[in-house]
Amino acid sequence: MSATQTPPKADDTGLTSSRPHGRGDRVFRGIAVASGLVIMLALAGVFVFLAIEGLPAVSLDAGAYEPATSFLGYVGPLVFGTVLAALIALLVAVPFAIGIALFISHYAPRRLAAPVAYLIDLLAAVPSVVYGLWGGRELAKNIAGFQSWLHDWFGWLPFFAGPPSASGRTILTAGLVLAIMVLPITTAICREVFARTPRLNEEAALALGATRWEMVRYAVFPYARSGMISGVMLGLGRALGETMAVAMVLSASPIVTLNLISTENPATIASNIAVNYAESTPEQQALLIATGLVLFAFTFGVNFLARYVAGRSDRRMAK
Amino acid sequence: MSTPTLDPGVAPGRTAVALTEPRLPSWAPVLVGVAAVGVGALLWILGASVAVGVLAALVVFLVALPGWSAAVESRRAAADRLATSLVWSTFAVAMIPLVWLVFTVLREGLSTINVQFLTYQMRNVIGDQQGGLYHALIGTLLVTGMAMLISVPIGIFAAIYLVEYGRGTRLARVLTFLVDVMTGIPSIVAGLFALALFVLIFGPSIRFGFGGSVALSLLMIPTVVRSTEEMLRLVPADLREASYALGVPKWRTILRVVLPTALGGIVTGVVLAVSRIIGETAPLLVVAGATDSVNTNLFEGRMTTLPVFIYQQFSLATPKGLSYAWGGALVLIAIVMILNIVARIIGRVFAPKTGR
Repeated sequence: MSATQTPPKADDTGLTSSRPHGRGDRVFRGIAVASGLVIMLALAGVFVFLAIEGLPAVSLDAGAYEPATSFLGYVGPLVFGTVLAALIALLVAVPFAIGIALFISHYAPRRLAAPVAYLIDLLAAVPSVVYGLWGGRELAKNIAGFQSWLHDWFGWLPFFAGPPSASGRTILTAGLVLAIMVLPITTAICREVFARTPRLNEEAALALGATRWEMVRYAVFPYARSGMISGVMLGLGRALGETMAVAMVLSASPIVTLNLISTENPATIASNIAVNYAESTPEQQALLIATGLVLFAFTFGVNFLARYVAGRSDRRMAK
Repeated sequence: MSTPTLDPGVAPGRTAVALTEPRLPSWAPVLVGVAAVGVGALLWILGASVAVGVLAALVVFLVALPGWSAAVESRRAAADRLATSLVWSTFAVAMIPLVWLVFTVLREGLSTINVQFLTYQMRNVIGDQQGGLYHALIGTLLVTGMAMLISVPIGIFAAIYLVEYGRGTRLARVLTFLVDVMTGIPSIVAGLFALALFVLIFGPSIRFGFGGSVALSLLMIPTVVRSTEEMLRLVPADLREASYALGVPKWRTILRVVLPTALGGIVTGVVLAVSRIIGETAPLLVVAGATDSVNTNLFEGRMTTLPVFIYQQFSLATPKGLSYAWGGALVLIAIVMILNIVARIIGRVFAPKTGR
C-alpha cells in the first residue's frame, strides 16, 4: 500500500517501466517467476520420477516380463501396437480434418462456419471414457459386418486376413475411435493456418482465372504446409497417448500382427498400463512405469517436432 | 459495307467463339443431390442397410456431378466440383459419430437415471439391488476442485510472468515452448508421474485422491496458461500506460487494471480446462484407485471419480454394470456440456470491451 503513496522518482518516467518499484513489486514478480519455474520443474519431474521408479524395471528377472523374457521383448510389441493404432487413426482422420478445415475456412457459407467449428470442438469435449464405452459397445457391434465384408473382398491383403472378429472389437475399430478423437485438434490447427493465408494471394489466384479448388491448391496449401504437418503431428501425439478408448475397445494381447480385424489384437502401451494396473505387484508396477517412460519419451519427441515445425513456419511468415 | 466486322457471329466463313464457357445451371448440384438420395433410398427399400444406402448416395453424387461437369464444362471445372463435393461430404460424415454418440448415450442412459442412481453409493450393493454414483460424484467434485486450487494460481501467475515480466527473455521463450509441449503429455503419463512421486514418498501401495489432483493439475496447467496468456495479451497497452502514468506500481497495475479487464476470458479458459480434465480416466485409475463407498478425505484412502466409475462398471460386463456405465456416461456428458455452455456464456458476457 505504501508504494502507491510514494511519488514516482525522477528516473521513473518511462511509460512502460519494467523496473521493480519497492517490495510489493519484487514479491509479485517473485511469485510470477516461481510459477513459471514450478511448471518447468514439474515437466522435469515427470522425467525424473518416472526414471527413478521405472529404470530398475529394465533389468528384472526374466520371469517378470511374462510372456516375453526381456524388457525390450516386453515393450517392443506394445510400441508396435501403439504406432499401428495411431497410424490407422491418422490415415482416417487427416483427410477428414483437412476437408473440414477447408470447409470452415473457405467453403462454408459465412453463417455456417462458426457453428460448424463449434460442433467439431464439441467432439473434443466428449470424455475419452465415453468414447471407449461407445466404441466398445455400439460402434464395434455395428462395424463387425463391415469388417467381415472387408475380409471377404480384401482378405488377400495381410491387413484383412482375418478370421474377422464377431464382436468387432478389433484394432481397426480402436483406430477409428482414435480417429474421431484426434479429428478436432488436427482440424483446429489446419483451420487456423488456412485462414491465415494472405487474402491478396487468394484473390490474385482467382483473378488469374483459377477455380476455387485451384486457388486452394496453389495459394492456400503451399502457404499452410508446415502448419498442416504440425497439426497432423499433434494429432499423432494425441493418438499415441490415448488410453481409455483403446483399453475399452480392445481385448488385447501383446502380439505383433498387421492383421487389423482378427480376434487377436496388439495392445498399446497406454491401454496395457490401464488394464494391468489394478492387480500389480510392486515389481510389475515398476515395469508399467518404465513403459510409461517410453511412451512419454515418444510423445514428447513427436510434440517437440510438431512445435518446432510450427514455430519454423511462424518465423518464416513473420519475415 | 465491306468493312470487316469483329463480331464472329456475323462474319461469314468463321466459326462462332463463345465469350463465356458453358456452365452447368445453378440448380445442377441440387438435382444431382436429389437423384443421389433417390438411389440411396431405393437401395434401402430394396433391403440394404441404412449405411449402405447413405454410402451409395454419396458415391453417386461424387461421380455424377463431376462427370456431368466434365461433359458440359471443362476438366478443371469438374475437378473444382469434385473438390467442393468432397469438402462438403467430409463435414457431413464427421457429424455422424457426434450425433450417433450423443443419441446412443441418451438412449442407453436415460432409463438408468433416477433419484436413487444419483444419491446412492455402491457400498454393499449386490445382485440386482439399486446402487448409484453418489460416491463418484463426490470424488469428482473433490479431486477436480483440488486440481483447480493447485493449477489456477500457478497457471495464471505463469501467464502473468510470460506477458508482463518475461517478454522477450530466454526464460519466457523456453517456458512458452515447454507449456506447448506439456499440452501433449498423455494423460496416463501424468497419472504415472503422480504415482511415481508419491510412491517414492509413501511406499508402493499408496492410492489417494490428492495424487489424482496432482496428476490432473499437470494436464490442466498448460491449458490455463495458454488461455490466460492470450487474454492478457488482448488487454490494450494504453490501459497499462495510463496506470503507470498515475504512478501506480506495476504489481498494482496488473492486479487492479490488467486482471479485471481480462477476467471474463480467464474464467472462460479455466472452466473449459475443468471441463477437459473432469472426464479424465486413466490418471485417476492409476493413482486414485477405485472404491465402492463415499470417501471425503482427499489424503486418505482410495477415491472413485465419475469416469473411473464408468470404467469400473463397464469392466464388470454385466447387464446391470453396463446400464450403470451408460447412466454414468450420460451424467458425465451432461456435466461437461453444462460447463462448456457456462464458459461460452461467461465469455460472451465479459467479453473485453475494446470497441467503443
